[in-house]
Amino acid sequence: MEEERSVNDAILKVEKAHTFIGQHHILQGISFESKADAVTVLIGRNGAGKSTALRTVIGLLPPSEGKIFFKGEEIQKKKPYEIARMGIGFVPENMGIFAGLTVEENMRVAMLVEDEATTQRLERALDMFADLRKFWKGKAGNLSGGQKQMLAIARAIVNDTSLLLIDEPSKGLAPIIVDAVIEAINQIKDHSVVVLVEQNFYMASSVGDYFYIMDDGMVVHGGIMEELVHDEGLKSKYLGISKTGD
Amino acid sequence: MEETILKRWSRELTIAGAIVLFLLPLIGIPGKTYMTLTIAGLAMGMLLFLVASGVSIIFGLMDVLNFAHGALFAWGAYVGFTVFGYLMKWVEADSVLQNFAAFSLAIVAAMVVVSLVGIVLEKVIVRRVYGSHLFQILITFGATIVLVELIRVFWGPNDEVMTVPLTFSKSWDIMDIIINRYRVICIAVGLVVYGVIQLILKKTKLGTIVRAGVEDRDMVQAMGHNIFLLFTGVFAAGAALAALGGLTMSLFSLQVYPDMGGTYLLFAFIVVIIGGLGSVTGSLVGALIVGLTYNYVAYLVPWAAAGANIMIMIIILLIRPTGLFPVGK
Repeated sequence: MEEERSVNDAILKVEKAHTFIGQHHILQGISFESKADAVTVLIGRNGAGKSTALRTVIGLLPPSEGKIFFKGEEIQKKKPYEIARMGIGFVPENMGIFAGLTVEENMRVAMLVEDEATTQRLERALDMFADLRKFWKGKAGNLSGGQKQMLAIARAIVNDTSLLLIDEPSKGLAPIIVDAVIEAINQIKDHSVVVLVEQNFYMASSVGDYFYIMDDGMVVHGGIMEELVHDEGLKSKYLGISKTGD
Repeated sequence: MEETILKRWSRELTIAGAIVLFLLPLIGIPGKTYMTLTIAGLAMGMLLFLVASGVSIIFGLMDVLNFAHGALFAWGAYVGFTVFGYLMKWVEADSVLQNFAAFSLAIVAAMVVVSLVGIVLEKVIVRRVYGSHLFQILITFGATIVLVELIRVFWGPNDEVMTVPLTFSKSWDIMDIIINRYRVICIAVGLVVYGVIQLILKKTKLGTIVRAGVEDRDMVQAMGHNIFLLFTGVFAAGAALAALGGLTMSLFSLQVYPDMGGTYLLFAFIVVIIGGLGSVTGSLVGALIVGLTYNYVAYLVPWAAAGANIMIMIIILLIRPTGLFPVGK
């Protein structure tokens, strides 16, 4: 009974998931959950398995063992398109932009249904990222890095998503663009739960409510972001952040 | 500075270069013969486009090397041959309407039957080897043997003469240039198919999803689209194009034989490599280059006809390793 309630409390719950890429055992029994109305950040060094964790949740790298619950329903055996249709949006590390398609076509591919509610969400996304409206008919491949990231996020929120998985949105972006992405995520979290993978601690701490530190394919620590911000020992040990610099 | 000028005029320079190359054979070929060869080359190019576009889309979206495409091509020719057998009165009638009716029914039957064969092939065989080119080559080569043997079982092992509808076999004489009607029909069929494919790919949501899938199929799945259903549909469409190519080519070469797919599959791969994998426009341009080159060189230096296309392929690969119209992955 206790276990069932805990599954239902979290919108996403990953339990002892093991994932292999080829013969490499990447995720070694990770468990984490994402609570409603919150941003959960998976943080850790390069190669810790953070991106693999998100790809496991969306079904692109199905786990060999373990369970994944979304709104209480097991999803680890479902296909990626079935998982996405349940209301999970995904923004991959490389942004997954269709470079040969226009911005408009990228958005159209993302729209699973084209009803009034979707149109409203599209308008909201375009209000959030005004540059997309400006380059609406232009090839997505010609956008700047920041604009591509905006397009990737806009595509993920145009549907009725209740969970958004975002992989390193700050990667390769100028600080001013990172601030814009932070602002966007803070707006998105009013409508959707976010699981964020991030190496940039400034961004992680700016938007995160909860955190999990990953190291060598395992979750080694988890808690409230506020605690991590003040825990110099933990930051130094797992994230390589010293008190004097970041 | 020079680089900027070259960049600015690159499109115009490319078109000018293409026109010069297109007119180059006039040095060694009399004008009227050149026109006849050009029309034959365009017709052959359009027929190769029908075969190559299927190979290109299947590889571009599904990353599947389908060596059974040639067998599907042969199946298309044989289904058309059977329909013509039933409608021989219409085929032999001196009536454009009856000839077109027989031709259209044969096309529809060939495309429907072969797309169904394609669906079975994709679901039973190809689906098991996604992601492994070596297994794809082996298993589709095996499927080719089975499909060709089935042709021998159903239609017999011998070559058969394909009867061209009567009015198609006639020619127009325009200013002493003899233009075979069927070649013009081939060019028209190729253009219509290209137009329809472009319309579907550029103007419909399904087509946009297919184009997106060619670039990043994982992302298309993660956006909620059933890529496997799309794969089956694309494979069926590719098979239908192979069937159309097989039927129209058999009327071009006036015969059907069980192994006929192999010859044209080689051309199709050359076309796809020249044009760029996954690009329909690339397939069209590549097919026209191959068709025209084959006809010009076959007239000037008959023994070098096939080799000339392989040379062109090598030169283009050296200059643009991803083909003339690469599709970003």
